[in-house]
Amino acid sequence: MSTSSTVHSTSRNFKNNARDQLANEDLQAALNKARGHFVDGRTTARDNLPEFDALRGQARDIKDHTLEHLDFYLEAYEEKVRESGGHVHWARTAADAQRIVLDICRSVGAKQVNKGKSMIGEEIEINKALEADGIRPIETDLGEYIIQLRGELPSHIIAPAVHLTKAQVETSFRENHTELDPDRVLEEPISLLDEARTILRKKYFEAEVGITGANLLIAETGSSIIVTNEGNGDLSQLIPKVHIVLASLEKIVPTLEDAATILRVLARSATGQEFSSYTTLSTGPKRAEDPDGPEQYHVVLLDNGRTDMIGTEFEEMLRCIRCGACMNHCPVYQSVGGHAYGWVYPGPMGSVLSPGLIGVDEAGHLPNASTFCGRCEEVCPMHIPLPKMMRHWREREFESHLSPGSARVGLGVWAFFARRPRLYQLATGLQMRMLARMGRKRGRLSSLPLAGGWTKYRELPAPQGRTFQSRWRSGERVR
Amino acid sequence: MSAKNNSGKDQILSSLRRSRGREGPVDDATAATLRARIAGHKRNIVPARTDIDHAGLVDLFENMAQKVFATTARVSDMADVPDAIADYLRGANLPSKVVMAPDTDLDAAPWAENALLEIRRGVPDEPDQVSITSAPSAVAETGTLAMYSGPAHPSTLNFIPETHVVVLPASRVVKSYEDVFDAVRELAADPDSGRGGLPPRTVNFITGPSRSGDIEQTLLLGAHGPRRLHIVIVEDGAGDD
Repeated sequence: MSTSSTVHSTSRNFKNNARDQLANEDLQAALNKARGHFVDGRTTARDNLPEFDALRGQARDIKDHTLEHLDFYLEAYEEKVRESGGHVHWARTAADAQRIVLDICRSVGAKQVNKGKSMIGEEIEINKALEADGIRPIETDLGEYIIQLRGELPSHIIAPAVHLTKAQVETSFRENHTELDPDRVLEEPISLLDEARTILRKKYFEAEVGITGANLLIAETGSSIIVTNEGNGDLSQLIPKVHIVLASLEKIVPTLEDAATILRVLARSATGQEFSSYTTLSTGPKRAEDPDGPEQYHVVLLDNGRTDMIGTEFEEMLRCIRCGACMNHCPVYQSVGGHAYGWVYPGPMGSVLSPGLIGVDEAGHLPNASTFCGRCEEVCPMHIPLPKMMRHWREREFESHLSPGSARVGLGVWAFFARRPRLYQLATGLQMRMLARMGRKRGRLSSLPLAGGWTKYRELPAPQGRTFQSRWRSGERVR
Repeated sequence: MSAKNNSGKDQILSSLRRSRGREGPVDDATAATLRARIAGHKRNIVPARTDIDHAGLVDLFENMAQKVFATTARVSDMADVPDAIADYLRGANLPSKVVMAPDTDLDAAPWAENALLEIRRGVPDEPDQVSITSAPSAVAETGTLAMYSGPAHPSTLNFIPETHVVVLPASRVVKSYEDVFDAVRELAADPDSGRGGLPPRTVNFITGPSRSGDIEQTLLLGAHGPRRLHIVIVEDGAGDD
C-alpha cells in the first residue's frame, strides 16, 4: 500500500519560514509585481455590480442553510449522481481518498493521469500517491505545471506560481524541456506560455484518467462545476476515458440557482473578472450517443476533518469558496508569501482552516500570523469572520499549552495585575514615569527591554508621564 | 471496495448528524421542506442590468463578449454566415480548413456556395486549427455562451482548435444563467430530446477565449483552449419584442 497519512507541513516553523521568505529576493520581486493586481481587479468588479453586496449576503445564507442540513443534501446529491450513471465515493480521510483514486486508476490500467487544478488534490497529496504507484501525474494548469517541474507546493490557492518571477520560470523550462533548442528565445511570458501549451497539448491525448477539482456540487442535478480560465480542466476531463472529481463535502449547494449566486461573487472576488472564461457543469459519464466525453464519472467526497468543524465555532469556515480574496488583501501574506504558512492553504483562510484539518499542534502558530486589520473579513464574499476565528484558535493554542513560554509568562504576569486594579494602576503609573524619564531627551525610545523586536524597525514615542486612567480621573476629558 | 465505501459514508453522515444532535436523518417534515426547496429551485437576486428589451440584450451580450476579448460580427441572415466566416478567417490569416459540429442548426447556411471553406463535420483531432459550432444559448449579463454536449455538439470542439467560431442566432440571447438552467431542465424533460430526463453530460459556459495570468500576473490569451473566440451574431429577428 503506497498511501500515506502523514501530513507534510512546516507550519510549526512559521516564524523561521517567514524570516527566510522576507529575505528571498525573487519572492519579494514576484510579490511586488502581483501586488495591487488582484485588489484593483476586485474593486472594479465590485463597483460594476450594484447587487454585489446583496449577493454576498445571499451566498452566505445559501451556505449556512446547506451546512445546517449537510447530511440530507449529500445523500440527495449522491442519488442524482447515481441516476446519471456516475459514482460517489465517500472518503473519511486523505488516505481513504488516495486509496479510492488509486483503485479507479488501477482498474483501467492507467499509466498517466492528467490533472486540472485541485486544492483537494494538494491536500491529499494525490501526486505522491500516484507516483508511488507508478502512475505519471501531469499538472495541466500553467501555474501548477510550473511548480510541478520545480517540486514545489502552490503558494496561492488560485495563482499557484505567484511566488515566481518569469526568469525563474524560464530557468525551470530550460532545465526540463531539454529536447528543445537551447538557444530559443524564452524571455517573455507569452513565449513561456506557448512552450507550455505545445508540450502539454500532446499529453492531453495520452492519459487514461483525468482528475479535476470542483468549485461546486449541485444536489438538484448531481452535477459538479469547475471554474477556470485556461481550458485545461476541460481538456483534462473531456479526453481521457475516466473523469475523477476530487471535492470536499462542503462544496455542495441545493440548486443550480444557488450555484449561480455563488458564481456571481466568486470570479469577481478572485481575479476581478465578471465571469471566468470557463464555467463547466458535468453530470455523469458521456451519454450513449455522445461523440466525446468520459466513459466513467467518479466523485470522491472528502471529509478529512471537516465534519468535526460542523457545530463548532469554526463551522463558518466551511462557507469558504476558495476565491483567495483574503490572502490578496492580507498584509502578512503579501509580505511573506504563501510558502511560509507551511501547508496547502496559506493566508487568512489557511490560518483558520489548517488547524482544523491538520490539528492545532501542527498549525496552531498560523493564527498568530495576523495583524487583525480585518481586511480579510471585509473582502470575504462569504462574510467569514476570519479574525474572530483566528482568536478562537489562539485560545485553543493557549489552552493546549502550545504557545511559547515567554508569551505564556508575559500573559500570566499581565493577568495577575489585570485582576487587581489598584496594583495595576500603581504598576502602569510607575512604568509610565520610568519610560518618560528614559525618553526625556529625545521624546522617543529606540530600544526597550523585552520589546527589541518592536523597536528594531521603529521608535516608540515616549509617554508624557501619566497614564490614561489618571488623566481621565483628573478631569482631562472632552465631551 | 463498496463495503469500505459504505463505512466511510456511514461515518461521515453519523458525524454530521451527531453535531446537529440527531441520531438519524432529518425528520419527515424537514425532508419534505428541503425536497420542495430543491424542486422549487427559486431564483435568488438576478442583476438588474438585464432588465432591458431584447435588442438591448443582444447589444449587451456583444459588448460584454468584446470586453473579454471575443470578436464579433453581425449578419442579417443565415445565408450570409459562410462568407462572414471565410472573411474573418482570411482577415486573421487563419486556415480555411475547418471542423464543424454535426449540428442541423448549421445546415441552414449555404456552406457549399463558399468555395474557400473546406469543411469536415465531426469531432476535432489534435491538428485541427478552426472549429465552427452554433450556440443554443447566450447570456447577456456577462457575454457568456452556453454550449450543451450531445451528438450535434461534441464538447471538444469548444476546446481543442486554436480558433473557435460560433454561430449565434440573436433570438437565443437570454438574460441570465438562470434562463439557461431553465432551458436545460426543459431539454432534459422533453421526451423528444432523447435525453431521458438527464441534462447534457457537459454544459460549457464560455466567456471569451482561454486565458492565463499565471506568469507574473500578465494576462495572456490562449493558454490551453482557443486563442481566439469569434462570434457571428445572426439577426434573425425572432426574439425581438
